[in-house]
Amino acid sequence: MSIIEIAEENAKKENASVITEIELDIGKQAGVVMEALEFAIESAKMGTMLENAEWVVNEIPALARCTSCGHEFETGDLFTPCPECENPFSDIYQGRELRVKSLKVE
Amino acid sequence: MCDTCGCGHGDGVTFRKPGDEAAGEHVHQHEHTHDHEHSHNGETHSHPHIHNHAHDHDHSHHTHEHGEHTHTHDHDHHHHHGDHPHDHHHADHNHSHGHDHAHGREIVVEQDILSKNNLLAERNRGFFEAKNILALNLVSSPGSGKTSLLERTIKDLGKEIKFYVVEGDQQTMNDANRIDAAGAPVVQINTGNGCHLDSDMVNRAVRDLKVEDNSVLMIENVGNLVCPSLFDLGEEARVVIMSTTEGEDKPLKYPTMFQTSNICIINKTDLLPYLDFDLEKAKQYALQVNHHLEFFEVSVKTGEGMDTWYEWLKQKIKK
Repeated sequence: MSIIEIAEENAKKENASVITEIELDIGKQAGVVMEALEFAIESAKMGTMLENAEWVVNEIPALARCTSCGHEFETGDLFTPCPECENPFSDIYQGRELRVKSLKVE
Repeated sequence: MCDTCGCGHGDGVTFRKPGDEAAGEHVHQHEHTHDHEHSHNGETHSHPHIHNHAHDHDHSHHTHEHGEHTHTHDHDHHHHHGDHPHDHHHADHNHSHGHDHAHGREIVVEQDILSKNNLLAERNRGFFEAKNILALNLVSSPGSGKTSLLERTIKDLGKEIKFYVVEGDQQTMNDANRIDAAGAPVVQINTGNGCHLDSDMVNRAVRDLKVEDNSVLMIENVGNLVCPSLFDLGEEARVVIMSTTEGEDKPLKYPTMFQTSNICIINKTDLLPYLDFDLEKAKQYALQVNHHLEFFEVSVKTGEGMDTWYEWLKQKIKK
């Protein structure tokens, strides 16, 4: 569980004994099913510094830029055409995050 | 359990070459599996629930919640953990550590969850570059013809190009044996319950293979269009293979894989006359997901279209 490893490593660097809160940034196009992540966390956190931590998950919307007109829009998938010019090609520049953002420790 | 996709690594990942099946040589236990030791160590202690440690973390919370173990018990855990620190967990530790840290502090982490895999992938990439090894990550659903493509490529180009192969499957040596018969050195990685290869597995396999300079390393990933898309292995290009017996909407159904690939090989074109598969539509869908994709239409069986794929390979090596 690399989330937990990352959290514990960072907490230990600060000489903390307990993590009370963990904040994650998860992009909507990061390839993560939120329910599956939550389920995995429930079992993985046991016996770790995160056992009683509060989990804050920020879902980051996916934003894409049209390759033709440069219009920026939110996309729910990877193939929505540009709403301005109908060009089917766009590059996603936000929404692939998979990040441990911050911790609160004691 | 794997954090990214929830797959199990619990059975341990094995690395084998054709010929050394019996020994099961390079058994590589994934770090997640250390918690097995959990179980046996605690057993002698008064806690009846401790047996539950045996399988997964999720059972273990019983022990914690059934209140304050004695410290002796906890210390036992530490001794057996070594590389897998758990020495900070239980709430019951608080009374020993005291409440002297009165208020919470915030630590800004901003660390990518896949950073470990990605860092090691970059190390692999540097190694490949330095040795002028063209590493390709072959991904597809099961049955699209990854292994057959490799077999034919090795047979046709084996005289000109030195090939090495890493085979990823949940179980069996079947693919490695096929590649071995085709004449390329191969390591079979069996991921057990795992659904993808990661950069650490590739790193180990490449060391086993002793890949020479100026060669091609083909990494055949586990047949799965979902999870392998998240794991960079250090490859120069990701090659997604789809076949005409699949639906042409595969790229829309599994966009992440097509989004992260560089090359798309459409296999089994010899069957096109018998199928409703619309080749142009399939390419259009794939381009919608990733307009950088480069296509090769081939029939591994008849050899049709393989020339252009071989040309591409040769061009890539020259660079």
